[in-house]
Amino acid sequence: MDLDKEIQALNDQIAILRERVKKGEHQLINEVVKLRKRFKKLAKEKMESLSAWDRVQLARHPKRPHTIDYINNLFTDFIELHGDRRFADDKAIIAGFANFEGKPVCIIGHEKGRDTKEKIERNFGMPHPEGYRKAIRVMKLAEKFKRPVITFIDTPGAYPGIGAEERGQSQAIAESIMTMGSLRTPIVATVIGEGGSGGALALGVADRILMLENAIYSVISPEGCAAILFKSAESAPQAAENLKITAKNLFELGIIDYIVKEPLGGAHLQPEKMYRILRRALRDNLKLTENKNLDKLVEDRHRKFYSMGRFIEK
Amino acid sequence: MGLKDFIDKFKGRKKLKIEEGSWIKCEKCKSLLFIDDLLKNLKICPHCGYTFRMSAKERVDSLLDTVYNYDLFSKIKPVDIIGFKDTKRYKDRLKEAQEKTGLNDAIIVAHGKMFDKEVVIASMDFNFMGGSMGSVVGAKFVRGAEFAIEKRIPFISVAASGGARMQESIISLMQMAKTSIAVDRMNKAGILYISVLTDPTMGGVSASFAFLGDIIIAEPESLIGFAGPRVIEQTIRQQLPEGFQRSEFLLEKGQIDMVVDRKNLKKTIYTLIKHTHG
Repeated sequence: MDLDKEIQALNDQIAILRERVKKGEHQLINEVVKLRKRFKKLAKEKMESLSAWDRVQLARHPKRPHTIDYINNLFTDFIELHGDRRFADDKAIIAGFANFEGKPVCIIGHEKGRDTKEKIERNFGMPHPEGYRKAIRVMKLAEKFKRPVITFIDTPGAYPGIGAEERGQSQAIAESIMTMGSLRTPIVATVIGEGGSGGALALGVADRILMLENAIYSVISPEGCAAILFKSAESAPQAAENLKITAKNLFELGIIDYIVKEPLGGAHLQPEKMYRILRRALRDNLKLTENKNLDKLVEDRHRKFYSMGRFIEK
Repeated sequence: MGLKDFIDKFKGRKKLKIEEGSWIKCEKCKSLLFIDDLLKNLKICPHCGYTFRMSAKERVDSLLDTVYNYDLFSKIKPVDIIGFKDTKRYKDRLKEAQEKTGLNDAIIVAHGKMFDKEVVIASMDFNFMGGSMGSVVGAKFVRGAEFAIEKRIPFISVAASGGARMQESIISLMQMAKTSIAVDRMNKAGILYISVLTDPTMGGVSASFAFLGDIIIAEPESLIGFAGPRVIEQTIRQQLPEGFQRSEFLLEKGQIDMVVDRKNLKKTIYTLIKHTHG
């Protein structure tokens, strides 16, 4: 993406100059300030004019922080739990206990993997039924020990394969959705990258639904929609636009509760800053779910999802 | 999850084509059938056993002896939420489907009696935009479930759907959560929920209320699954085995309770109601 290259180049240049300033070349500080200004202006302009398709590219950017990165940078003492106790351990979903700002929580998230080997191991973040069944298991542990659940959504979708169908992909997703719907503990979900259809929603039935500024969340991928409804793969950018899949779209439609701002140019350009911003957003949103009577918490969650949908009645 | 996959696959295959007034040709054995006989025979070809797809209302008629109300929530109608347009406007697609089927949307929620047992039946219609689930399907399913809870009577759903309705975008996805929550509310209220899967039950419908039944029954040879066969073939670059994602395959894999043909469906459901709510 052009936008990315240009901004990335400026960003890299600033980083190099900053290093040199640190090492004593103080005269460069003015240059850094100047470049930084240009970077901000350029990035801001570009970010505001991004198309839905541009955001699809950002949401799938190979350097974008993944669940693992957020776990490592926002949480302490993470203990990963493995397996669904039935068939296998699905590495497309990571789950476990950790501390968030000194408080114990449960984490569940899709993980796409970074390098080729890891991507294959994690099946590009596309879970099998085992992944959802592991998630359900950990949700129930969270309920048992009264820990809030924090989920990270980042998947192209649940895996379409023979084994997945044989072992009940539909049933696993449905059960995960239903379990979250009535789980007697607070849930905060964040769409950090790609929110791909039912495979994403299976971790998305929450009291607070957050979405990163450049993340996408959709009933079908723009490519899939283009192939089916537009009858041409080239229509993917148009499908992305028409499907209304950006954080801003979803906020306006009342589906998500909170947009998490990203650093200029996207989360991958300044991951450290992204971690700080998301930490604050999670803290604030978790607070809103705390100390609620559990009956009321679940009743409110039911009401929240019951209210989703638009129709006329006369 | 491709809706078109299913529509293409089934287009013309099981649709009743009325030729020469009241005669139609069986799609499978090509026998000429008198339409009244076919309807009396639950749309099963008397010669080869081929099952024609049923409309939502025909299904209700086949299961209920007394119908108090064919559509409890008939006032709920679809709207084009996001102004969606692909090769056609969603608005126009809705209008066409409404004219074609005489329905407001892809589901009716009927209230009546099966023999002596009062039940609610949420019956889907594949002819309405591939039985896709949007806001109206979600809303009517939920109202039907709450009605069953209030009346303390069993709830039966008959799924026939290609999945979520893409034209309602993310809002259609959320219907999966909405309907699943309704099922859980029935669970907690002790209401029997029987889910009947017919040809086809896929995608967002399959991965929500359809697979959450206390008892799951499938009609013979129905295509049932999460991902569409074409999507799977493209992903794994292999041909799928014969019978893959069909009812009998799912029974063997432990995914459903039973495969029941149309003629025994009512009796089976009734017996289950007596065993649980008797």
